[in-house]
Formats: sequence, C-alpha cells, structure tokens
Amino acid sequence: MVSQKEQKTSSVQQLIANSRNHKTKKIVEKAMPTLLFSAAVLSILTTFGIVFTLIFETFEFFKRVSITDFLFGTEWLPFSGKEQLFGIWALIAGTLKVTLIATIVAVPFGIGSAIFLSEYANEKTRRIVKPVLEVLAGVPTIVYGFFALTFVTPLLQELVPSLKLFNALSPGIVVGVMILPMITSLSEDAMSSVPNSMREGALALGATKFEVAIKVVLPAALSGIISSVVLAVSRAIGETMIVSLAGGATPKFNFNVTDSIQTMTAYIVQVSSGDAGYGTTIYYSIYSVGFTLFIFTLAMNLLAQYISKRFREVY
Amino acid sequence: MVVNFKEEKLANKVKQTVGQPSTEVAKNIVYDTRNLNLWYGDHHGLKDINLSVYENEVTAIIGPSGCGKSTYLKTLNRMVELVPSVRTSGEILYRERNILDKNYTVEELRTRVGMVFQKPNPFPKSIYDNIAYGPRIHGIKNKKILDEIVEKSLRGAAIWDEVKDRLNQNAYGLSGGQQQRICMARCLAIEPDVILMDEPTSALDPISTLKVEELVQELKKDYSIVIVTHNMQQAARISDRTAFFLNGEVVEYDQTDIIFQTPNDQRTEDYISGRFG
Repeated sequence: MVSQKEQKTSSVQQLIANSRNHKTKKIVEKAMPTLLFSAAVLSILTTFGIVFTLIFETFEFFKRVSITDFLFGTEWLPFSGKEQLFGIWALIAGTLKVTLIATIVAVPFGIGSAIFLSEYANEKTRRIVKPVLEVLAGVPTIVYGFFALTFVTPLLQELVPSLKLFNALSPGIVVGVMILPMITSLSEDAMSSVPNSMREGALALGATKFEVAIKVVLPAALSGIISSVVLAVSRAIGETMIVSLAGGATPKFNFNVTDSIQTMTAYIVQVSSGDAGYGTTIYYSIYSVGFTLFIFTLAMNLLAQYISKRFREVY
Repeated sequence: MVVNFKEEKLANKVKQTVGQPSTEVAKNIVYDTRNLNLWYGDHHGLKDINLSVYENEVTAIIGPSGCGKSTYLKTLNRMVELVPSVRTSGEILYRERNILDKNYTVEELRTRVGMVFQKPNPFPKSIYDNIAYGPRIHGIKNKKILDEIVEKSLRGAAIWDEVKDRLNQNAYGLSGGQQQRICMARCLAIEPDVILMDEPTSALDPISTLKVEELVQELKKDYSIVIVTHNMQQAARISDRTAFFLNGEVVEYDQTDIIFQTPNDQRTEDYISGRFG
C-alpha cells in the first residue's frame, strides 16, 4: 500500500523532472521583465517626446510674439492683415464657456442617474441601462458635432431667438451629453463598491433609502465621484470635433453664450487643416495653444488626484 | 416546543421566593410573534414561529447555521425585506401593533428597534459623526444636544474613555472590538426600545467579546435585547431566555437555565451537548 503510493508520487515527480516545461519557463522568466520594461519605457518616452515638441515649438513662438501679450491679451486675431494679435484669453473664454455649460448639464444628470442605478434600480434595469450608456460613450464625436449643429442649434433657436448659428450653448450642451455616460458609469462604479453593510447600518437606524444614498453612500463614494467629474471635465476641455462644427471660428473674450466662439482645440483644427504654412507665426501659434491646453488638462488631472486623496473616506 | 407561560411564571415565583422578595410583576411583552412563516422564493425559511420577547430581558436565539435564527432576527426590524424574493405570513406584534402590516412604516419601526450587526459596520466618518448620524437624520441639529447625545451614547457603550480624545478621527482607525462598541453606541444614540444583535461578537477576539457581553448585561436594564449567537456558552452566560431554532422551526423556547440544564426536547439536548451543529 505504502510502496504503491510512493511509486505513484515518484512517477509524477519523474514526469515533472522530464518535462521540458521548465526550460521554456526559464527563458520566459528571463525575457519577460525586459520586454515589459521596454513597453513601459516606450510609452514614457513617447509622452516625453510630445511634451518636448510642444515646449520646443512654443519656445519658437515666443521668439516672435511677446509672452505678456499672449498671457494677458484678450484678442486673438492671427489672420488679420495689418497686425496679428495673440491674446490667449479669447480662446480660453471659448473653451471655458463650453466646458462650463457641459459641466452644468452633465454633473447633475450624471450623478443623479448614478444614484438611481446604484441605489434604486433593480438588477434588470441596470443590465439594460449600463450597456446603453456605454453605447452612448462610444458614439464618435463627429456625430455629436453634427447633431449639435443640425438638430440642437435649430431647436434652441426656437427657444432663444437671438441664438446665432454658431454659438457656445449648443455645443456646450452636446459636450455635456457626451461626457454624461462617463460621469454616470464611473460614479456608479464608485457607489456600487460601497459595502452593503454600511447601507444596512443606516437603514437599521431608521434612515430612508434617500437618506442612505445622500448621507452614507454619496460621501463614502465621494472621491470616486469627484474624480469622475474632473476626468469628464478635462475631456470636455479637450473636446474638438463638436466645438469645431457647432461653435464657430470667432474667438471673443466675453461671457455671451449665444454668440459664435472659438475654443483652443477648434483653433488648432482650423490652422492644421491648411490655413497656414510651415514656419509662420500662425504655425507656431498652434503649439502655444496646444501647450496651454496641456497645462489645463494637466492641472485638472492633478486636481483629480489631490481631491480623491483629500476626500477619501477609508473603509 | 409550545411555551407554557403558566409554568414559566411558576418557575419565576419559585426563584423569587428563594432569592429575592416577590415584588416583580409579570413582565411586559415587547414582541409577540404569531404563526410567522417566511419564504425565500421557494425555500421555506421560517415555519410557524410563535415566540414572545419580554421587556428588559436578553433573549438569545441559538441553533446551527442555516436554521433561520438570523432571518428571524431580521424580520423583527424588517431588514429581511432587503432580500427581494422574501414573502411572509402571520403576525409579529411589536407593542401590540403588527409590524408586518403594510401600513406600518418601516422607518418608524427601525427608529424604535436598533440593530448591531455581525461584522462591525461603522460609517467611514469620524467617531462623532457616526454616533450623531441617527439623531441627525431624525432631525436633531442642535450642536449642544448632539454633543450630549454623543457622550452619553459612548459612555453607554463603555467606550467613552477610549475615544473621548479622538472623536474627530475616522472610526475605521479603531480596533474591531472598539468598532463594534461604536456601532452599539450609534444604535443607543437614538434611544431605541429594543436592540437586535446578530452574532455581535463572532468577529471579535475573546477580550473584546467579554467587554461586549458585559455591556449587554448593562444595557438590559434600559433596553430589551434579542441576540443571535452560535456560541452556546455565550447564550448561557448572558441571556434570560433562549430559543433553539432548527430547520426554520422553534424547537424549544424557555428560560435559559431550563434550556441548558433540563431541556424538554431531545434535539435541544443533543445540540447543547455538542452532538451536532
């Protein structure tokens, strides 16, 4: 009995010893770290390359245009015949208007639907709604742009007669719709991962479902929710096609949302699609605008990190 | 199986004559469960439960895993309704009103009946906010009153001295045993009538367990307590009455002494002597 058992074990051990498996294993184990490391290095180098190009070309731009005019100017007239003006605030105003409108649209609806999905919806509803949201997130932005220009703008013109064909309101709303699924989906994930025991704890104290959602789940998931909002806002800042199609091409520094605007991204599109030759000031200006945009999104990402650390409720 | 109240009262009297003067009147019934049946989908979880819970007593519910003891406890504050497929029949009279009646608002019930869970589940907030949560949702906003409630509740749960200097720190920084006492304090903060405890010490070490048990003894003076436990010694130590559940039925319900010393039912004897479960 015992010897039989021993024989059995030893034969498996023999098979293991004879197998060539461990040779390949050795090679894989040696090669893999190098391979993975080079993948990491490649992506980091690419990022550095992009940032470096941006900085280098921006530097070139500031040889031609005074940096104070750029930082404090409010008029952006690169194509004017007599005197070119590069006051970045005209473009920033366009970007901020669209972003602000988008945020006003997306945050309440996004978080509201996230609360509904996580706290009220049954399993069946969730199974239907979540994929629909993901489809919404997968719609190409050019389609949204078209939708803004040919559907939303005419509709809004019925309500606001002074609305121009190109304006900030319509693309703002549509960008809001575009980032909505992102906020909903990420916030819902954050709220669903709040342990049920916490909901039970509150319910057992006589809290209503809504009180549980607002006073327990929402605070516990706050860091995730805020990160989702900041991420969505930085997408809105960087959004290009919708604002190019429906926003217009007239950078203006004001707070009017019915007027034609130009965002930073839309300006880059305009110049890149062939209005300016290589080496001209206008050509370099797109890098300076790109760099400004990069600063904005970088600031948003850092903010997201800070906030999610600051508000994290550890459980 | 059937509780004989006359005999029980008699037993009480006998004790009193031996121990203390017989000034004790018949105890008030807090919960009166009548023919309670409960199904999870097709599974018949509780079968014809008849059981009374008395005021200012500790009622222990024991039985092997899956016998329905937690389910019964959660029916007492209707937390069991969180499971979507649950159906019930019969009555549970709490202070003479049927809580299974659709007109009985569940929030009102849970404001009167607190609960402590198996695993400590404080909110990821400061110790202070944990205790103040209940009073706050029920509309108490005054800072001075809240301060008083927080101190009183923490003292009531015998944890004030350990946390009084760090009320603003996150409750998750505390040990498991302390967290459980925070949860008890949170429950005391709304001054409930009944406290339900679902294996409150099963996740705790022996010393923390002892502290919680002492606390239960202390709380009994002001509250009626129903405690589910899989630890028979615990039931014997801290409870006045014990119900033995098996396969969704109450096999025996009597004074704890009787259950543990001279049980009527063979199955009870087998269980408490460790033959199964």
